[in-house]
Amino acid sequence: MKSARVPVPLLVPAVLGLVFLILPLVGLLARTPWATLFDRLGDPGVVTALRLSLLTSTLATVLCLVLGVPLAWLLARVTFPGRRLVRALITVPLVLPPVVGGIALLLALGRRGLVGQWLDATFGITLPFTTAAVVIAESFVALPFLVIAVEGALRGADSRYEEAAATLGSKRWTTFTHVTLPLVAPGIAAGAVLCWARALGEFGATITFAGNYPGVTQTMPLAVYQTMESGDLEGAVVLSLILLVVSVAILAGLRDRWLTAP
Amino acid sequence: MADSPVTLLDARLVVRRGEFRLDIGLRIEPGETVALLGPNGAGKTTALRALAGLAPLQDGHLVLDGRDISELPPEERPIGVVFQDYLLFPHLSARDNVAFGPRRHGMDRRSAHAVADRWLERVGLAEHGRRKPRNLSGGQAQRVALARALAVDPVLLLLDEPLAALDARTRLETRGELRRHLAAHPGATLLVTHDPLDALVLADRLVIVEEGRVVQEGDAATITARPRTDYVARLVGLNLYRGRGDGHSVAIADGLALTSTDTVEGDAFVAFPPSAVALHPHRPEGSPRNTWAAVLADVQRHGDNLRVRLDGPISVAADITPAAAAQLHLEPGRELWVAVKAAETRAYRA
Repeated sequence: MKSARVPVPLLVPAVLGLVFLILPLVGLLARTPWATLFDRLGDPGVVTALRLSLLTSTLATVLCLVLGVPLAWLLARVTFPGRRLVRALITVPLVLPPVVGGIALLLALGRRGLVGQWLDATFGITLPFTTAAVVIAESFVALPFLVIAVEGALRGADSRYEEAAATLGSKRWTTFTHVTLPLVAPGIAAGAVLCWARALGEFGATITFAGNYPGVTQTMPLAVYQTMESGDLEGAVVLSLILLVVSVAILAGLRDRWLTAP
Repeated sequence: MADSPVTLLDARLVVRRGEFRLDIGLRIEPGETVALLGPNGAGKTTALRALAGLAPLQDGHLVLDGRDISELPPEERPIGVVFQDYLLFPHLSARDNVAFGPRRHGMDRRSAHAVADRWLERVGLAEHGRRKPRNLSGGQAQRVALARALAVDPVLLLLDEPLAALDARTRLETRGELRRHLAAHPGATLLVTHDPLDALVLADRLVIVEEGRVVQEGDAATITARPRTDYVARLVGLNLYRGRGDGHSVAIADGLALTSTDTVEGDAFVAFPPSAVALHPHRPEGSPRNTWAAVLADVQRHGDNLRVRLDGPISVAADITPAAAAQLHLEPGRELWVAVKAAETRAYRA
């Protein structure tokens, strides 16, 4: 098929938009100190931050799966009063500036926070400025991504399979584990990867709620920021390049599911 | 078995869904296959869902094998369901699909697989156990669905349009095979269908539902000979009218009475096949009974013949040969005389 001529008023902004998105990445690659790259990758600071980032974002994803899949199931399969409100509340962290999320977490789970006070008094647990706080901050911003993806998958899955399972003697929990979960497994996997990527890039809530302590709470994005602030542009570029490579690897992994137009 | 057969299923199902209200009574004996036949939207599938526990009963009762099961959730009812599009679990092999029910009923994996293999062999799919549903043909998927439903030894087997998803050829083969399996099932079987052929071939007894009500029930011979609603009449290909009987004649419209060899008094039905109708260009001489003037509305091919629809005091369908049609110059709006043979006209009480 011969494609029709694209109107100039559409073509020009489209190309500009593309350049706008790609140019910064080109800049990053152009300024990468390739000669000293491998030395810098081995830098203990870099390794520590990367390890912490991978650990916390993976833990955050696990936490999001444990809490988010049942929450998505509830929203997709059970009718209860206030369901629309619950769904709206879940999307709040999606639009909330992460810094505000961090402050909110501090007010809820901080030493003098609503729940934090009780945690401190009863168990002697203080969350802020610990690695656990990083996981919590990342989970807070990433959970909506997972819930929305999994709820969509559940709604798209034919619930009559669950009815068929019931007529075969399957109780609701067994149906969930043996029928529902396998049916929506691709949706859950996609949601988990999205969730993990969001957790990996998390900055605002983490620095507010968990602080910026190397080895404890300093994840990659925080390390990038601090390296940059200290005037080491090359160091910041190297750290950024690592995050870029990880992100592109995720995109490549999800290519078939997310990037192919319907 | 005792002289008087015990009733395995005894139900009155009342389900309200918005404006629609289903209210039907059903009784099925052991080994009996009953077809619930009716047009789309008659409430057949709703009835099946109510029996399976997938739709709540608002009223009525549901006794299966002497036990009230109306309050039980679907997983605790001794039923098996073959769904219209089978709903085989796509992530499980044919064998695991069939083994799913036995596993949920507490069987260990080995025994459940043994049961599944036995059932797959019975439906002729012993070699296909490892296949995923997407690699099965329509007919094979239907047989796996049947095996899956039967593998839990249900007291009541429910089938929702079991052949509707198949193409014509596969349908013919599968219908015969399904008949064999239903005959071997010792429990009760309820088949929901809108296809009269499925109902006639597969069922011992037909229950006809329209707008949530049972309008007629009986064996195939009774229903095909004596339809009681327009839907059933169309289904079995008869012209059907209701009127007042007075001996051999039934008055069915203004000044029009049909004569039959049967005798009937009071509220009555008259039925005759389209093949009993003859069309004439002029008023036929010598046969004054069962003739009237009509206007041709529509002509359609019907097998080797033509089916002609005529308006007039009553709307009627007639089957005529292409040769007769050529002589009559059939075109819409043409006036014709209709004659119906009294010997082929059946009259019975409404």
